[in-house]
Amino acid sequence: MSQTHTAPAAPAPETDLAPGAEVLLRALKEQGVEVIFGYPGGAVLPIYDAIFNQNAIRHILVRHEQAAVHAAEGYARSTGKVGCVLVTSGPGATNAVTGLVDALMDSIPVVCLTGQVPTHLIGNDAFQEADTTGITRPATKHNYLVKRSEDLARVVHEAFYVAKSGRPGPVVIDLPKDILINKAPYTAAPTTLHRSYRPRTEPDMEQIHRAVALLKSAKRPVIYTGGGVINAGDAATAALIEFVRKTGFPCTSTLMGLGAYPSNDPQFLGMLGMHGTYEANLVMHGCDVMLNVGARFDDRVTGRLNAFSPNSKKIHIDIDPSSINKNVPVEVPIVADAAIALKALSAAWDADSAKSDRAAIAEWWTQIEQWRGIECLKFNQDMTKGAIIKPQYAVQRLYELTRETGRETFITTEVGQHQMWAAQYFRFDQPNHWMTSGGLGTMGYGLPAAMGVQIAHPDALVIDIAGEASILMNIQEMSTLSQYRLPVKVFILNNQYMGMVRQWQELLHGSRYSESYTAALPDFVKLADSFHGVGLRATSVDQLDDVIREMIALDRTVICDIAVDQKENCFPMIPSGAAHNEMILGAGHGARAAGITDEGMVLV
Amino acid sequence: MPTEPSLRSATISVLVENEPGILARVVGLFSGRGYNIESLTVAPVEDGRNRSRINIVTSGTEMVIEQIKAQLDRLVPVHRVADLSKEGPHIAREMALIKIIAIGEKRVEALRLAEAFRARVIDATIESFIFEMTGNTDKLDAFLDLMRPLGLAEVSRTGVAAIARGTRII
Repeated sequence: MSQTHTAPAAPAPETDLAPGAEVLLRALKEQGVEVIFGYPGGAVLPIYDAIFNQNAIRHILVRHEQAAVHAAEGYARSTGKVGCVLVTSGPGATNAVTGLVDALMDSIPVVCLTGQVPTHLIGNDAFQEADTTGITRPATKHNYLVKRSEDLARVVHEAFYVAKSGRPGPVVIDLPKDILINKAPYTAAPTTLHRSYRPRTEPDMEQIHRAVALLKSAKRPVIYTGGGVINAGDAATAALIEFVRKTGFPCTSTLMGLGAYPSNDPQFLGMLGMHGTYEANLVMHGCDVMLNVGARFDDRVTGRLNAFSPNSKKIHIDIDPSSINKNVPVEVPIVADAAIALKALSAAWDADSAKSDRAAIAEWWTQIEQWRGIECLKFNQDMTKGAIIKPQYAVQRLYELTRETGRETFITTEVGQHQMWAAQYFRFDQPNHWMTSGGLGTMGYGLPAAMGVQIAHPDALVIDIAGEASILMNIQEMSTLSQYRLPVKVFILNNQYMGMVRQWQELLHGSRYSESYTAALPDFVKLADSFHGVGLRATSVDQLDDVIREMIALDRTVICDIAVDQKENCFPMIPSGAAHNEMILGAGHGARAAGITDEGMVLV
Repeated sequence: MPTEPSLRSATISVLVENEPGILARVVGLFSGRGYNIESLTVAPVEDGRNRSRINIVTSGTEMVIEQIKAQLDRLVPVHRVADLSKEGPHIAREMALIKIIAIGEKRVEALRLAEAFRARVIDATIESFIFEMTGNTDKLDAFLDLMRPLGLAEVSRTGVAAIARGTRII
């Protein structure tokens, strides 16, 4: 590798040279790319010309570059492959930035090809020029500007390797137009190690043994899993399930990790964090040994840091060394791939002759069952005809009715209250079936992400659980869905408010609902119709099931406008800056929870 | 209550692939994550100029410095990160070019002190000197403090270059 880097390879024979754009497509093919989400423009016309002349790679024409990246994210997260994006220079690249940061925060492997003005014009403020590598440097895992034709193929191969290895992330390749036109040599993907980038995947066995000793001594253990388990693939999920069952320990998951451990399993406590379950958060607060697998102690999970799980010894498995000891100091750091580490942990657990403290763990479960008994996700749905629909009920029925069909179902979301309700009430039992914008919290993520999922899984049921505010942020993709006849279902929980903003204003800003109400919303039924889709609406509880059933049955793009209770809030909630044991429960729970007053919200 | 974690200074050397944008990546990482840079030097250090060494002096709590190292290490073009101030004894030096504009008594005194500090005169006119001085940061600071009342007009400093003592290499 360093050879090819330090000096250009000897000029290839004339016959091996092809225009840069063709070399690019050949490299993409070798990397297994089947679909590109993109939008053309002046600087990338040579690539579009090359795409026109081949059939191996399918191009999906989006309506906005941000959506191209989210679609690639949905594609990547639902398949485990690298998503591929193609945008033009200048505004094409800047529009993609939100998607890139989204993929960076959620560790999604994406390679984004950006056009650039010809090399001799770079720096001249040329038409549609932007300093793309400068702008995307903090928005990507890594980025490249190809300035020499002989580097082109090597950079493409390297970009895919960087995107998918270690902690996955987005990689940008900036491609000046002359590089796409000039003849370039093709080189195959290298088989040698990268010069400097060598992520560590094998755990330090000494740390594994320390972890096992700690776990065996635990009286109040918890296993806390995150998106890293999903990124580590099916092997990691299988190893996690095996380890959790073997140990008998309770397991909770972050928003990004949902689906790795089956939600309906009795050992699963539900999601933790700001809108996590009562039992999951109290288990985190009260545990004596915590095993974190592929999660990063995000502030939405930890709450107030100096009150986070104050009496526990912590083990942290992460492939990214910088995630360990970043926010929360841990006793046993394990830098490794989650699948490899979990298998090693499992084997070491079996080999270790010490017994775990079964009596103490049984007692711990008794305590957990008590917390579960609070039924923190309980809500009151008035079932009389004409009654307003509770958003929680809408998601719950969506889950039950989709499950009845037995079809493979993928859920994406936008960002806000509906996202949290989806995480709480839609129960996932498989990895890679839940796509949501966790780290960046990007409104407008769900519709294009669903598009990417549906491209990858044409026969599956793909539903974007949305809010009426978020959905408008990338609504133009309805046109893309229609063009490619993608039967994505958009399930809008419509309360006419930016619900999460409204909730915070109610709780923290004296109910001053500043700019969180959307006046003049579109008629979503007509909107679906104008985009060649089908619009459905439910305004009362008796209409809900029929609308959901019809939506599922239709082999078309569907928007369901579900009018839900405007005043409903997302509970439980750990207010920002509070500790896990300072959770607020919903109004409906007060009476049922022992020792809790019934004043709408309660500090526990 | 836990006591406030104490700050320490760290001299970190980073061996990087000498490619465009690498310095921006490193500097952007520091500004983006709110770390301090007290001093920064960078230059190619290998035949063929394909690797550069960046020396950074920074400060923070132990946890922050560990985080800085981990963040640097995960940049794709970074070969190796070494915390010289932690991994054993090391030598750190910087060079300064110091312009003094003075006549009469002050001029004589400046020259006398320069000799005591082993600063070399590398340019002189009848009303100015330029001293070249190499040493650790404290020594340079001390000399500059003395020069201030004696007509110190301009300073150009290189920042710290550092290397481990003995046989240890990065």
